[in-house]
Amino acid sequence: MNNLVRISFRLLMLVFLFSGMLAGCRSGDRKTSERDRSVEVIMDDAAIYEDIQKAERIFNALPSPLESAMLVKSAGAQFNESLLNPVENTRNYITNKSMALNLGIYTCDLSVASLYDQTQLIINYMNAAKKMADGLGILDAIEEETINRLEENINNREAIMDIVSETFMNSNAYLEENGQPAVAAIVLVGGWMEGLYISTQLVDIKDLNGNKLVSRIIDQKLSIDILLSLLESSKGNPAVDELIEQITRIKLIFDKINLTTSPVRPAYDQSANVTVLRSEVKSDMTPEVFRELATVVDEIRSSFVK
Amino acid sequence: MRILRIIPVLTILLAVATHSADAQCKAFAKKTVLPELGSYTHDGNYHAAVLVEGEEAELYKTFYSDMDYRLSIGGEDKIPPIEFTVLDANRNVLYTNKENKYAKTWDFQLESSQQLKLVVKVTSSNRSGETPSSGCVAIMFGFRVRR
Repeated sequence: MNNLVRISFRLLMLVFLFSGMLAGCRSGDRKTSERDRSVEVIMDDAAIYEDIQKAERIFNALPSPLESAMLVKSAGAQFNESLLNPVENTRNYITNKSMALNLGIYTCDLSVASLYDQTQLIINYMNAAKKMADGLGILDAIEEETINRLEENINNREAIMDIVSETFMNSNAYLEENGQPAVAAIVLVGGWMEGLYISTQLVDIKDLNGNKLVSRIIDQKLSIDILLSLLESSKGNPAVDELIEQITRIKLIFDKINLTTSPVRPAYDQSANVTVLRSEVKSDMTPEVFRELATVVDEIRSSFVK
Repeated sequence: MRILRIIPVLTILLAVATHSADAQCKAFAKKTVLPELGSYTHDGNYHAAVLVEGEEAELYKTFYSDMDYRLSIGGEDKIPPIEFTVLDANRNVLYTNKENKYAKTWDFQLESSQQLKLVVKVTSSNRSGETPSSGCVAIMFGFRVRR
C-alpha cells in the first residue's frame, strides 16, 4: 500500500510538472526535447528542480505592424493609398490563414494610415482588422468601444497609435494564450510582409544610394532568420509550411546583400539616461538584387491579399 | 486506489488552473509592465509566460537606428527579481540589470540597426527544501522616432 501511495504521489508530481509545461508552451517556444522527454520517467524532486533550471524558452520577436509602419514613415516616405490592401477585399478572406495574414496586413495599413493622419482610412482599416480578428474568433480584441474611442481621438495621433498597439496586443495575446502560436506567427508574417511591400514599392530604383528607405529594407535582412525561426516552431502546419517556402525565397535574395557591422560598443549617456550602442554598418545592394527583391515580395504579397 | 481515481480530476483542474494562470499574464503585462513604457509607444507585441525560479528565457529582436527604445520587464511579486542581459550578435554583453539593482527598464538607442539577444532569468531565492515559486514574466518594447 505504501508503494502504491508513493507511486501515486510521483504520478501526481508528473501531472503537476506536465501541466506547468503545457502552460509554458503556450507563450514562446520551449527549447524542447530533453525536458519534454523527462516527463516520461519518474524523477525525484531534486531531479525535477534541476530540469526546471535547465529549461529555456525562446521568443522570436518580429517588428510589429506598427513598428513596420513607423520605419516607413521615419524614412521620409510619402503616403500612397494605392499601396494599401483595399478594405473591400475583406470579403475574400474565409480561411484562417488568409484572415491571419490579412489581420497583420490590415493592422500595418491601419498603422500607416494613422501615422499619415488619414482619418477616414483609420476607421475603415480598424473595421477591416476587426473583421479579420472576429473571423479568427479572437474575443474582445477590437470591440465596438474601441472603434468609438478611435473616432473620439481621430485627430490625436498618439492616442490612435496607443489604440492600434493595444488592439494588436489583444489579438496577439489571445492567440498565444489559447494555444494558437501558428496563427499568431502568421499574423506577424502578414504585417512584416506588408511593411516590406510598401517600402519596396516606394523606392525609386534610380535612387538607391543614400536612400534611407533602402537602408530600412536592407535592415530586414537582420529579421529574416528570426522570421523563419518563428515559423519553424510551427512546422508541420500546412499553412506555415507554405509560408516557410515563400519566406525562404526572400531570404535567398537577402543573402545576396552584404551587410557587415563593427563590434557594438555600449556608451552610457548620463545626461539623457540612455545607453547608446555605437557601431558602424556597411551594406550594399545592387539595383538587380533590389529589383529581384521587389518582384518576389510583390508576388508573395499578392498571393496573401488575393 | 482512491488516490488513483483522483488523478484524472486533478489533471483537469490543473489544466484549467494553468490556462487561467496564462490568461492572468496578459492582465499582469497590461497593468504592471506596459505603464513602465511611459511616453514610448508600445510596439504591440506580446511576450509573456509563466516562469519558475531559476528558469531562463531568450528573445531575439532587430532594433533600428534612428529610433529610441525602452525595454520594460516585470515579474509578479511572488517570484524573485528578474535579471536580464542584452547581448549583441557575437554574444558580447551590452547591458545587464544585475549591476543596476535589477532595474525593470532600460533605455537605449543604436547608431546602426542590430539584431540583439535578450536573456531573461528569474533569480533564485536559494531556499533549500522549498518548492520553487513561479509567476508571470512579461517583456515589452516601446519605441519612438529620435528627434
